[in-house]
Parts: sequence; C-alpha cells; structure tokens
Amino acid sequence: MKRMIMATGALALGLSPAWAQNFNDPEEFAKQQEQLQATAEGPEGQPWVENIGGDMVEMPGLDLASGATVCFSNAGVNNPWRVVGFTNMTEELKNHSSIENFIHVDAEGSDDKQIADIDDLLAGGDCDVMIVSPNTTAALTPAVERACEAMPVIVFDRGVNTDCPETFVHPVGGYGFGIQGAEFIVDQLDEGSNVLMLRILPGVDVLETRYSAGRRILDEAGMNVVGAEFTDGDNAKTKSIVEDYLMRGTIDAVWMDAGATAVAAIEAFEDSGYDIPVFVGEDQQDFLRKWQDEGMTAIAPTYPAYQWRTAIIAASRVIEGGELPAPEWVLPQPAITQDTLADYVNPAMPPLHYAMCGCEEMEGYPEAWGGN
Amino acid sequence: MTDGADMQTARRLRLPQINPVWVLLAVLIGAIIFMNPGFTQPTGYMNFLKRAAPLAILAAGQVYVITSGGFDLSVGSLITLVVVGASMLTNNDPAATYWVVPLMLGMGLGVGLLNGLIVCFLRVPSLIATLGMMITLTGLAFMWSGGAPRGYLPDTFRFFGRELIRDVPLVRFIPISVIVLLVVVGLLAWLMHRTNLGRQVHAIGDNPVAAGLAGVPVNRVRITAFMLSGLSGAIAGILLGGFAGVSTDVGSGYELQAITAAVLGGAQLLGGRGSVPAAVGGALALTAIFTLLNFLGLPQPVRQVVQGLILIAAVALAMHRRQQTGT
Repeated sequence: MKRMIMATGALALGLSPAWAQNFNDPEEFAKQQEQLQATAEGPEGQPWVENIGGDMVEMPGLDLASGATVCFSNAGVNNPWRVVGFTNMTEELKNHSSIENFIHVDAEGSDDKQIADIDDLLAGGDCDVMIVSPNTTAALTPAVERACEAMPVIVFDRGVNTDCPETFVHPVGGYGFGIQGAEFIVDQLDEGSNVLMLRILPGVDVLETRYSAGRRILDEAGMNVVGAEFTDGDNAKTKSIVEDYLMRGTIDAVWMDAGATAVAAIEAFEDSGYDIPVFVGEDQQDFLRKWQDEGMTAIAPTYPAYQWRTAIIAASRVIEGGELPAPEWVLPQPAITQDTLADYVNPAMPPLHYAMCGCEEMEGYPEAWGGN
Repeated sequence: MTDGADMQTARRLRLPQINPVWVLLAVLIGAIIFMNPGFTQPTGYMNFLKRAAPLAILAAGQVYVITSGGFDLSVGSLITLVVVGASMLTNNDPAATYWVVPLMLGMGLGVGLLNGLIVCFLRVPSLIATLGMMITLTGLAFMWSGGAPRGYLPDTFRFFGRELIRDVPLVRFIPISVIVLLVVVGLLAWLMHRTNLGRQVHAIGDNPVAAGLAGVPVNRVRITAFMLSGLSGAIAGILLGGFAGVSTDVGSGYELQAITAAVLGGAQLLGGRGSVPAAVGGALALTAIFTLLNFLGLPQPVRQVVQGLILIAAVALAMHRRQQTGT
C-alpha cells in the first residue's frame, strides 16, 4: 500500500508542474502587478464605470424600432458571489430605459448546458445583444464565436479565447488578487514565518492564478509555507484542517484564495485557544465584521461584484452608441485595508454579502441584497 | 507444531468475533498517532470526536433505514435545510434558540415521516423517494435563503456544536457535541439492540412478507426507521451549524458518507443486518481516514485515490468476514 501511495504521489507531483504552467505566467503576473498600481480613468467613486488603460472604441449604436432585448447566458448563480452579482445586474437594468427586455438563462455551472443555452437564444431570434458570463474558457469559445456572428456580444468575469466580443469586462484578475494578499503578509511578518495557504479547489483558472501569484511572492520573500490545502469551500472542513495544523505547529499567517470560509478558519484559532494570526480574507461581510470586532491584522483583496453592473452598462453603450473601452474593459480591483475597513462593514447585510458590490447607492439597496 | 496448528484454528475461530471495523479503526488511529503523537493529548482525540460526531449520529440513524431494507438519501439536504432554516428563524436573536432547536428536530421527524409514508403507501422505492426528497429539500433551502446565507447563528444555537466543558478531570475538556454524540448513540443503540423495535427492524429488512405474517406492523416500523434517520439528520445539522456556522452546502455529500459508514460497520445494504455501535465505528473510521490523509500531507488527487481504495478494501473485508461467518 505504501509503495502504491508513493507511486501515485510521485505521478501526481510529476504531473503538477505541467498543469501549473498555464496558471503561472510571469508576463501576466507582471502586467497585473502594474495594473494594481495604475490610476483608473473615469468618474471617481464609481469604479464600475472606470477602466484601466483601455482604448476606447466609438459604438455606432443599434438602429432599433423599439426597446432592445438583452439576453444573458449566465454560468450559474451557484455561489454567494454570483447571487450578489446577479442582484447587481437586475438592479442596474432599472437604470437603462433602452433595454426593454432582459432574458436570463442559468447554465447551473455546466458547460454543456451553457452551450445549449446560447444556441437556444440564437435560434430564438429575440436577442439584440448577448451578455455571456462563461462557465469555462475553452469550452465556451466556439459558442461565443457563433453568437458573435449573429449579434454584438459582451463577455464578463471569465474570458474566452476569441476577440470577437465587443468587449471583455473584468477586474484586474487572479494574479492581482494573489499579489495583494501575499504582499500584505510579507509586509507584516519576518522572513521564515509560517504561512498556511487555504484554497477552495484545484483546476479553476481564476483560483489557480491567485494561488500561483501568492505563492510566488511568499516564496520569494522567504516565507515558510507550511501547507497549501483544499477546503472545497466547506466551513467544517476548513475549520478541521486549521485545527489539524495547529496541533502540529504555529501558524503566523493564513492566506486564502477566497474568503467564504475565512470566519471558520479564524474560529479554529479561537476555539483552540490561539491568537488570531495575520489573515488574508475577502470582502464578505462576516469576515469584515470579525476583523473589526477582534481587531485583527488583516486584508481583504476583492474580486469586485460590481463588474456585473458594468456588463449591463457595456450592453447599453452598444445599444445606444457611445464610447466603450475595448477590446478589454479592465476594472479597478481595490483591496479593503484597515484604513478603509469601516467604510465597508455593514452589520445590516447578510454574512456572505460581498462588500465591494458598488451597490450602496442603488435604488433597491439594501433590501434587494437581503439586507434590512 | 501441534501448538501452532491449534493456535491457528483458535485464531480462525476467534477472529470473526470482532467486527473488522474496530480493527480498521484501531489501525487508522495507530497510524494517526504514529504520524502525530499530539493525537494522544485531549486536544487531539477530543477534536477528532467532535469532528466525527455529526457523521456518527447520522450513521446511527441511517443504519435503522438500511437494516429495514431501505436507503435514506435525504439526510444531507436535510442538514443544509436545518442550518439555513435555523439561521433564518433565529434571526440573530439568542433567545430564539429555545424554540428553533425543537422545531428543527420536529422538522427532521417530519421529513422522515414523509419519506416513510411515500415509501409505504405510494410504493415508491426508498432510493427514489429519498432522492426526490433530497432534491426537494435542496430546492427549499435555496428558496428560503435565496442562494446565499441570510443570517448568522447566535452563540446560544452554536453552543451544541462549538462549546466545551472545561476543567474536566483526566481529559481537561469535553466538547458538548461529544456528550450529544454519546447520549444519542446510546439511545439509538439501546432501541436497536435491546428493544422489540430493533428486532422488528431487522425482521422487516430480512423478509418483509414473513415479518408481516408473523405480526410485525411492517409499515409502522418502516416509518419509524425513517423518522429516526430524519431526527439524526436534524441533530447532525444542529451540530454542524454549531461547529462551523452557516453555509448553503454544509450537508452535501453527508448522505453517502453515512451510508458508507453503516456499510463499513457491516450493515447489509438490502436489509436484515446492521448494528448501531458498528455504524458509529464506521463513521469514526471514515473520519480517521480523512484525518490521516490530512496529516500525510499528500496532494488532493492522491488523497481521493487512496480514500476510494481504502473504502473498497474495507467493505470487501466486511463482506469476506460475513461469508466466513455465514451471517
């Protein structure tokens, strides 16, 4: 049995650099590191319409007899971030009278279903503009190309391998997320400190890039990464993993690739009777509250949910005409720090509400997002 | 030489007396201690028991349904519904715990009752009936929460899954969930192995027609089995919500883990045979496998391969032993 474990282990280790290569691109890393520092263009205080270094393309506008129909092929509403984002989107629609109909199809996290959804929308012939939030990059590329032949397409969140869409709306990206958290740890701690890295699951590009960037910075600064564990985004598993690590040694910092289980990880320290170490979370309200209540040393990189608003704004510019950042609309990706924490904590919002939603000024706030 | 042969026969006779799940558990615990001597400290084994408690309780309930000749796939989504529902109902009010906990237990019994009625009177096989219930409950939890948790669980509710009794002699501290585990498993074991209900559950799982002819109220016993499983699901949900807080997929996968634990403990999948303590042993062994693989620090894909292989091997061993003993 032991030999078998070793053999499988060696095999997996042998394979892993081959997978990692796609997600550890030094050029993209450098580009995003630069974009984090760049000043965004556009109206200040409204990051969802700002853009970083994008060229503008003049849209002629669609010549439509009546209001436009916008179709949205959504990868899924299967996690709290996407729930917040989709609420952003439906609320943003109220600001655009040029969009008369909005058709939403939910692929429930399945590539196959999303490809069929897009083909169905094309066959239906009702759509004037299509917004696509792809489930995975490679699988959805041909379907998006087919859609491009029929109508203007806006892609956001995850990308596709084609430049046929009018624009691709996204924040700086996964490397940027990883950089912000890891640089904070490096600033706070001495060389050789123990860092535990917690990840949701392997193989997802936006998460792999967060990890590879974080790992690169921690390794270069000489931090001792005691482990990189997958939590499946499960609170109980996260707490168990951290408890197990605490039984074996001290942890000076926890880096996470997503913050949904951050509070469970913090509780593992509390319940085992340890001080809470330096923490990298995300902009979920429960984490921000815990951070404030316990006076933690922490940072919250974000993957801003306001990009869901931007997708609708981009569609309206295609319909009405006007300037559109293209072929990419890169949105700023701020991290919440001790200095800005108070601006984002809001106990009236649900625990997994994403504070960087850019939704506070919207009409339906806070009820539409589940707040009271 | 003769001595050796004698010992061999003696060993062959004696070995089947011990359920292999205990051997497996002992080996796994031994390996964990070897990897991490800290496990022999109270923090080590108490954390382990605390972590295993929800699955152990779930397995103890599941073994009733399995022994009666069915499956209960709805318990995982029931756990989710309990956690989501409790966070919605308590609405951050610590005082609400006192009526929300009984209500959740009642909901578990109610879901079990429904499962039982569907199986008994609509004649839907339990695999499909509880699969349908699983999907329905997942949908309900989603509708209730809107897809993301809407509230926190107050500390009074989390008491059962999170708090410890400190300053206990010998072991230093006891998690509340371990006490809950002992009480619930004690009761379920007593019901199964010391009362008429337990014998009837075995009887209808072995041969429902014969049991019916012998005067066993088949439907009533079957429904009771589902209700006990539902109740164990609600208790597991309360412990899990307490341990780790609210999330909308907290229960996913638990139904299969509970069935696996029961089978590891030697329960027969089509009924007629099952033991509560052994199912709890199966749950502890399953948790020990997860813990051991954590300690080994293997990459995730390798863990899954090893975990799958250990499971198949363990169940094969249980089957082999049954063949030998003829039970």
